[in-house]
Amino acid sequence: MNSSKYDSFGERVFDVFNYLFLTLFALVTVLPFIYIIAGSFATEIELIQRKFFLFPRNPSLSAYQYIFSSDTLFRSIGNSVIITVFGTLTNLVFTLSMAYALSRRDLMGRNFVMNLVIFSMLFSGGMIPGYLVVKELGLLNTYGAVILPGAISAFNLIVIKNFFQNLPPGLEEAARIDGCSDIGVLWRIVLPLSKPIIATFGLFYAVGHWNNFFSAMMFLNDSKMWPLQVMLREIVMLSQVAVGDLSAFDPEFVEPPDQAVKMAVIVVGTVPILLVYPFLQKHFAKGVLLGSIKG
Amino acid sequence: MDTTINHQADMTDLDPRPSAALPKRRRSKWAKIRKDYWLYILLLPGLAYFIIFKYLPMWGIVIAFQDFSPFLGVLKSNWVGVKHFVNFFNNPDFVRLLRNTLILGFYDLVFFFPAPIIAALLLNEIRVGIFKRAVQTMIYVPHFISMVIVASMTYVFLTTNGGVVNEIIHELTGQRINFLADPAWFRPLIILQIMWKETGWGTIIFLAALASVDVEQYEAAIVDGASRFQRLWHITLPAISSTIVILLILRLGNFLDTGFEQIFLMTNSLNRTVADVFDTYVYQVGIRQGAFSYSTAVGLFKSVVGIILIYGSNYFAKKFGHEGII
Repeated sequence: MNSSKYDSFGERVFDVFNYLFLTLFALVTVLPFIYIIAGSFATEIELIQRKFFLFPRNPSLSAYQYIFSSDTLFRSIGNSVIITVFGTLTNLVFTLSMAYALSRRDLMGRNFVMNLVIFSMLFSGGMIPGYLVVKELGLLNTYGAVILPGAISAFNLIVIKNFFQNLPPGLEEAARIDGCSDIGVLWRIVLPLSKPIIATFGLFYAVGHWNNFFSAMMFLNDSKMWPLQVMLREIVMLSQVAVGDLSAFDPEFVEPPDQAVKMAVIVVGTVPILLVYPFLQKHFAKGVLLGSIKG
Repeated sequence: MDTTINHQADMTDLDPRPSAALPKRRRSKWAKIRKDYWLYILLLPGLAYFIIFKYLPMWGIVIAFQDFSPFLGVLKSNWVGVKHFVNFFNNPDFVRLLRNTLILGFYDLVFFFPAPIIAALLLNEIRVGIFKRAVQTMIYVPHFISMVIVASMTYVFLTTNGGVVNEIIHELTGQRINFLADPAWFRPLIILQIMWKETGWGTIIFLAALASVDVEQYEAAIVDGASRFQRLWHITLPAISSTIVILLILRLGNFLDTGFEQIFLMTNSLNRTVADVFDTYVYQVGIRQGAFSYSTAVGLFKSVVGIILIYGSNYFAKKFGHEGII
């Protein structure tokens, strides 16, 4: 659309700077990750002498040996995995079933429930009443405290509801004529047709659970229940938890530098996200844009 | 089409003789509910969720007007009217929180809000598809990284205790800057973090709006001799102006929401005076110190101002001829 033969000199200069600027932007985004990964394999001497580098010269695994030498990190990873798996399942069951019910235009009371949902996006009870409800339900210090209060995102619910409404009605009718009940239509027709959108929102919810920090910190007092994000803060930012156990090593083991240990912990928290990123990228633009369709 | 199915269901499910005791409309209502009972079962968990975790806390706001005691519960605690609000407005903390919140919100609006728009416009001028896609792939990544990781990376990079940024500064100037504890650095750090994390992601919505611009408009403009800057000004910008306005309304409506988790993570005892905002204060006073009623009052004040802001900005947007969101 912008054919270059019409460009003036000034416009070409702009182009050069534009490419340079966007390259710089991309580098500023990516280099910190590469440095953190490189640094987690570095030795004390390398960190002091070379300062900034993207490939360690004498890669050492000692930081990783150290952080996995006690069960502190393993346990918090386990907690994060449990919360992510069960949290995402809860999200999908709650969101999909409610979205399907609300997608049926003839359902009595549908408008009332939709208004409840929309109002909850505009106004909330706030942190303290929300905390007291979780406390009164006896959920403090349980995984339920970090899973249930976020079981449905109103925004995702509305997007999925709109998606269900726009499915071709023919198949559904055919199934109904063949004697399918509402739940049969949902299970055999609607859900199989919605696999991509379920994958998209499942991933979004899962990333949310993996990254969740605040409600875990607020609701889980017992450090044995902490997910990785809370543990990460204790180790890296507050330096309050010794992540490894030096007594587990033989005396020749060279203690890894503090900075490398912290970087290794950050890498452990980041890698799962980077692994699912290609899948996220495949779907997310669709997910974001679906939201802009008015319901 | 649905109606024919309903009709069939009505015919089979119901006693064909109308009962004299029930008015016809009510009877058919119950029939519809009975017919849709699977749908109501599907609706139930979600509805229960919204009632318990969204509407019960809204009802819980009443404790802002009580001296709430967890032992007495909401029903038996003493009512104290607006005592907590008066206390809050008379507390020197109020001015400090308001100031910190407004300054951060202002910086956010001036520096962060335009960043995705500019980035999207620049990306839109790129003609080499593979370069554009490569840049996009990279700049979207930080959106999915948790705030804890971003804050942790900031700490590892900036610490005076072997952080790479300070090591390089030390090499060059012989000094070290305590970015993490110096109150003067708190706001710039917050804004830089959020720009690093969310600018790329923010471009998506603008790029989508730009993709829907009719190519013929550009071709016509080229034929008429419009320069690239003129095309940008007269075609591209108008194409995304309504998106900009909608996002601006949303941003102004959330003006007091200053990235609570981020601020919480970056706050320490040395920068607390400039770091505290309404949300972190509610957490500190409410959850840590157990002043439930007082902190609920603070939170309610914030929510009400937020609602006024979102309706207010929506009103002004409509007044200036743009589409609103409500």
